[in-house]
Amino acid sequence: MSAVVKAGGAVAEYTDERLGIAPFMKRSLNKVFPDHWSFMLGEIALYSFIILLLSGTYLTLWFKPSMTEIVYNGSYVPLDGVKMSEAYASTLNISFDVRGGLLMRQIHHWAALFFLVAMTVHMLRVFFTGAFRKPRELNWVMGAGLLTLGILEGFAGYSLPDDLLSGTGLRIAEGIVLAIPIIGTWASFLLFNGEFPGLDFIPRLYTVHVLLIPGIILALVTVHLMLVWHQKHTQYPGPGRTEKNVVGFPLLPVYMAKAGGFFFIVFGVTALMSAIITINPIWAFGPYTPDQVSAGSQPDWYMGWLDGAVRITPNWEWNIGAYSISWNIFLPAVVLAGAVFTVMGAYPFIERWATGDNREHHILDRPRNAPTRTALGAMAIAFYGMLWISGGNDIIATTFDLSINTITYVLRIAIFVVPPIIFIITKRICLSLQRRDHDKLLHGIESGNILRTPEGEFIEIHLPLGDKEKAKILGKVDHTPIALESDVDENGVANPKGRTARLRAKFSHWFYGDNVYLPTAAEIEAAEAHAAHEYHEQHSVIDDFRGLEVTSEPVLHSPAIGGHEPNAHEH
Amino acid sequence: MNSMAARRRHPATLVVMLLLGLLVTGVIYAAVDSGTSAQAADQKWSETQVEAGKKLFAEGCSSCHGLGGGGSSIAPTLIGSGAAAVDFQVSTGRMPLAAPGSQAPVKGVIYSQAEIDAMAAWVASLAPGPAVPSDAMLDTSKADLAMGGELFRTNCAQCHSFAGKGGALSDGTAAPTLMNATPRQIYTAMVTGPASMPVFSNATLTIEDKQSIIKWIGSLQANDNPGGLSLSRLGPVTEGLFVWIVGLGALIIVAIWIGVKAK
Repeated sequence: MSAVVKAGGAVAEYTDERLGIAPFMKRSLNKVFPDHWSFMLGEIALYSFIILLLSGTYLTLWFKPSMTEIVYNGSYVPLDGVKMSEAYASTLNISFDVRGGLLMRQIHHWAALFFLVAMTVHMLRVFFTGAFRKPRELNWVMGAGLLTLGILEGFAGYSLPDDLLSGTGLRIAEGIVLAIPIIGTWASFLLFNGEFPGLDFIPRLYTVHVLLIPGIILALVTVHLMLVWHQKHTQYPGPGRTEKNVVGFPLLPVYMAKAGGFFFIVFGVTALMSAIITINPIWAFGPYTPDQVSAGSQPDWYMGWLDGAVRITPNWEWNIGAYSISWNIFLPAVVLAGAVFTVMGAYPFIERWATGDNREHHILDRPRNAPTRTALGAMAIAFYGMLWISGGNDIIATTFDLSINTITYVLRIAIFVVPPIIFIITKRICLSLQRRDHDKLLHGIESGNILRTPEGEFIEIHLPLGDKEKAKILGKVDHTPIALESDVDENGVANPKGRTARLRAKFSHWFYGDNVYLPTAAEIEAAEAHAAHEYHEQHSVIDDFRGLEVTSEPVLHSPAIGGHEPNAHEH
Repeated sequence: MNSMAARRRHPATLVVMLLLGLLVTGVIYAAVDSGTSAQAADQKWSETQVEAGKKLFAEGCSSCHGLGGGGSSIAPTLIGSGAAAVDFQVSTGRMPLAAPGSQAPVKGVIYSQAEIDAMAAWVASLAPGPAVPSDAMLDTSKADLAMGGELFRTNCAQCHSFAGKGGALSDGTAAPTLMNATPRQIYTAMVTGPASMPVFSNATLTIEDKQSIIKWIGSLQANDNPGGLSLSRLGPVTEGLFVWIVGLGALIIVAIWIGVKAK
């Protein structure tokens, strides 16, 4: 042990003498992080990204991003003698002839799905707990950018092998580009260097996939994490936790061990899934040719909602002279997608404007304590879910023996009806939970024990709230809606900001108007005094009965009444 | 000759020439095409089979298709459907139909092969139509597997999916899964085009082409999965479902475990 310490000390001294990093290291290694499972979702994304970099590097050693047509003569017999691009042939080669190639491909693809799943749920956690509020708005924007880039990167990877499925996806991407009014055709020719599919797109996409986007993601991830480091991690409300401290464990040794261990678990789960479950069986799809398509062609899950939006949009199209405007593609794939990502990135600023909340927040909101935000989030999930279902409408139709037309018509209506209903229900649930918290503070927790007093009165025994629970509830910050300003000032002159101010006040009222305010300190004190008194009274009754034994057999009294019951005891 | 030359600008000339052209085309087409439709004549059905088939048909099918097989307001005519159509519809359990719907569902087969043959013989006796393939026609030992894959992806995959798992069509109809289809059923489906399926006559896909497709479907049925479990080969939808529920579920359980241990 002492030898290890000695060796470690020597290394530390060597480094410190040259780089002078001891003070920095000391501060960093003692940095405290709060503990909660939901804080590890972003870690899953980070680890998946590392797995993607490692497995992706392995794949680049054999993948040939070339559209040159060759005749396949590799070891996969069912495609022997079939003409295909070098890109597809090299992917077959990786799958069947490179040692560990198929496992690596599957690790790469499962990790890509994990990367986007983890980013999504991490973002949901940040949203529902209000972690994006001041001072963390910029980190939210960066996260939104990372998610967008992750989707593009995933789609690029899905398209590279040039199998029938990925080619179909690219064809749709080309259709989306073409649907942009006026510049669509030029943009498509620019991207594909001529007609679809051409010979240049796969090599271009390869550079984007292995260099450009991963480079930007890596840079953004670094800044994202540096900001978390610099601004310190948020924490849930609890005993001893304030806006000015962080309660948790130091990086060394606790988080080093936890995070390091978690990395290996994420890698392990990904590797296990890749070892036993096929993903993207490109050999079964066959090579891409523009005249072939397969039923059940779907994008990976993160593009499914956009595919779904295209599937349920009616086939509106305008032909003006020589120009066609394909609203059926342009609206869902360009306008909707643009709107969703814009609103997502801008949300912290929208909320701050609407609520006028300019304070710094390091204690997280419990979702119930921001009912409108939580309801908006649930509404967004419902909206996304409807589009997701639309994206799989054909699989759902065949699996559940339904008509694809019926599913489409139902979803065209549901997309507008279901999200508002979810909004209302979620908001009601949140407010009810707030009322319950309010009750708990004033009356304690219902113990479920009923006490019968000698006078014959039944009382439920309430237990006092624990410190932890109490701190959790009291961690709520009550907001008051912005007051409505008068349209005119005291001299009767019109307020130049009247309209905006009115809109803002309305927004703010919509956001906070239903808030269930925490009881005041005096109310809580009075309630606690009352509870103590009650507790004392109840216990005097309980004490009277102390020493009596509880009978194991229920004894039925008044046999005269119970006599007609078949199971009544005879006394 | 001179008089004809004089009449060549007559207003009726155009019509006459057009009719003449159509007639010649039709005659030539019929002469060339008779080779493919004459295949029905190859089939040898015995008189007893036709008689037995007529009886079975009257009992099980005539209430919808009519006593003479001429169809009714609720069922199509079977005159010219050929033995192959009967063989496909009855041997896959689609016929007899329990109730009218958007598409005949696959149910249990209620007739023996001998009975099916008898009914096929009777329907074939009504008018020539696509015939049931011989065993030699279904021999795929010399068929080209990779070519079968190409043909399958070009002609079949857009409805039946790359993996032969089937797919949705409009208004509640669907291309069925091919996982349980026998070579004979695949062949008869191609030559008769049941429900929404187009007819792939021997002029469109030669017998060799059909044999390669049958061989390819056989390889799909064998379902070799070099990558492990196949997740039903339904594509990214099941992959996404799996990663969200099982994958993320597992990682969250671990995250909770790591979070709890710290206390």
